[in-house]
Amino acid sequence: MQLFPCPFCGPRDETEFHYGGDAGNARPDGGDVPIDRWANYLYLRSNPKGAAREIWVHMNCGEFFVMERDTLTHEVLSSTALGEEHTA
Amino acid sequence: MTRRYSALSLFKEGLAGQTGWKQAWRSPEPKPSYDAIVIGGGGHGLATAYYLARNHNIARVAVLEKGWIGGGNTGRNTTVVRSNYYYPQSVELYGLAHRLYEGLSKDLNYNVMLSQRGMVNLCHSTAEMEVGARTVNAMQISGIDAELFSPEDVRRVAPIYNFSPYARFPVFGGIWQGRAGTARHDAVAWGYARAASRLGVDIIQNCEITDFIIGGGRCRGVQTTRGAIRGERIGMAVAGHSSVLAGKAGFRLPINSYALQACVSEPVKPILDTVVLSPGTGVYVSQSDKGEIVIGGGLDRIPSYAQRGNLPTLETVIAGVLEMFPIFGQLKLMRQWAGIVDVVPDSSPIIGESPLPNLFLNCGWGTGGFKAIPAGGTLLANLLATGKHNEISRPFDLDRFATGRLIDEAAGSGIAH
Ligand SMILES: Cc1cc2nc3c(=O)[nH]c(=O)nc-3n(C[C@H](O)[C@H](O)[C@H](O)COP(=O)(O)OP(=O)(O)OC[C@H]3O[C@@H](n4cnc5c(N)ncnc54)[C@H](O)[C@@H]3O)c2cc1C
Ligand SMILES: [Zn+2]
Repeated sequence: MQLFPCPFCGPRDETEFHYGGDAGNARPDGGDVPIDRWANYLYLRSNPKGAAREIWVHMNCGEFFVMERDTLTHEVLSSTALGEEHTA
Repeated sequence: MTRRYSALSLFKEGLAGQTGWKQAWRSPEPKPSYDAIVIGGGGHGLATAYYLARNHNIARVAVLEKGWIGGGNTGRNTTVVRSNYYYPQSVELYGLAHRLYEGLSKDLNYNVMLSQRGMVNLCHSTAEMEVGARTVNAMQISGIDAELFSPEDVRRVAPIYNFSPYARFPVFGGIWQGRAGTARHDAVAWGYARAASRLGVDIIQNCEITDFIIGGGRCRGVQTTRGAIRGERIGMAVAGHSSVLAGKAGFRLPINSYALQACVSEPVKPILDTVVLSPGTGVYVSQSDKGEIVIGGGLDRIPSYAQRGNLPTLETVIAGVLEMFPIFGQLKLMRQWAGIVDVVPDSSPIIGESPLPNLFLNCGWGTGGFKAIPAGGTLLANLLATGKHNEISRPFDLDRFATGRLIDEAAGSGIAH
């Protein structure tokens, strides 16, 4: 069992967390968004091998956060609550 | 010098002390250029090369594999072959694969040990039975064999299932496909490799693609750990590593890579002669010809390129097995492993030209592409030979993510993803 750091609760079992996609994948705004941009937003993924920045949610407390992680070694480098990633 | 496998050649080699067998495929040095380059020596890549030579008479073909052929998901899968999908496009695709599998040992002159022992997808409630009936109807209308099983039918094919009145996942019936079964995974890779090699295809192992050669906005070849190789057309079938290569080619794909685990027990006497899948536990089980109980389950839910799998998922899978088959409680597990699978939002593959012109894709098979190898190979070969889709591959083009014409086989894929 790997432990992931919830910014609110601290280290908890990996099974309590849910993956939420690439960090920085902002929803396009406005009424005239071209189809390709919608498709990019909805479906295209970076899916990096190695260093990754991802959105996760700790399902027990509901905290959403950005986790920096290595997808090959599973090493966790940082976790930052959403909204705080610019100040941190 | 024995080239063709037959009962007679077995007999002759017996007399000759097995000294005449040749290597099953050649291992030549890479040439500077080919008519077609296929990246990835898994089942799909090898089958693509074979059908290029056999169906399209294009034999100046190289398969470039970074490790050893079949060392990816093809050699790590639980070998279930079936075609019980829901949508007409999938029925065409997996139906083609299934038919080709049925003739494959003869076609390749290599025994892929296809064993059509049947498969039952269990239904654990009245509601699941209703969905089951709908699925069976859809399959029958599409001309795919399927039968709705009663609890008695299930008991007949899988008497060791947990039929206790206290079972957590009781049996209300099931979806039966009699033509489904298993095949030997290595044999599929090796059989295609041998047949392709005999038709002139170069199979080059320990050759990793590190970059693409791009000229005039088109893909012209690849940079590899064994030098630059040019190709008239380039195809890639690299499963869980599709996004990595796409990144080098300058585009992204609707794919997340996850570890999918499997495990086998010690070998035991024959006890289960069919494939049983329980949607309740997310686990499916069969028995290999060697006697091992082969166990597969759901994905690890953490995006990963670590070809190993995490413990919690394995625990869930084992718990599911014991719920389904309490009789396996004393079995010893012998091996556990994982493969990195390419998961797409609609659980259907991606087949077609990539955003980099002249580079063609065969990926997104996720947890279920072993059964599709003959079709994936046929279709990528057709794309590489003609540059165009046929009716079977057309719906699976990457453009469906922009047009919204998804083919959502989340249920048909059997394993949740
Ligand atoms: C545990 C498990 C159980 C499964 N069970 C089933 C099942 O029961 N039924 C079913 O139908 N499917 C099953 N699958 C899915 C199935 O195994 C795959 O969909 C299928 O094997 C994919 O074949 P492929 O040829 O596309 O990929 P692979 O066999 O993975 O081949 C891709 C190859 O590309 C190579 N490669 C990657 N990057 C590079 C590079 N840069 N340069 C050169 N080569 C490269 C890799 O080394 C690899 O050999 C299972 C998968 C797993 C992991
Ligand atoms: Zn928390």
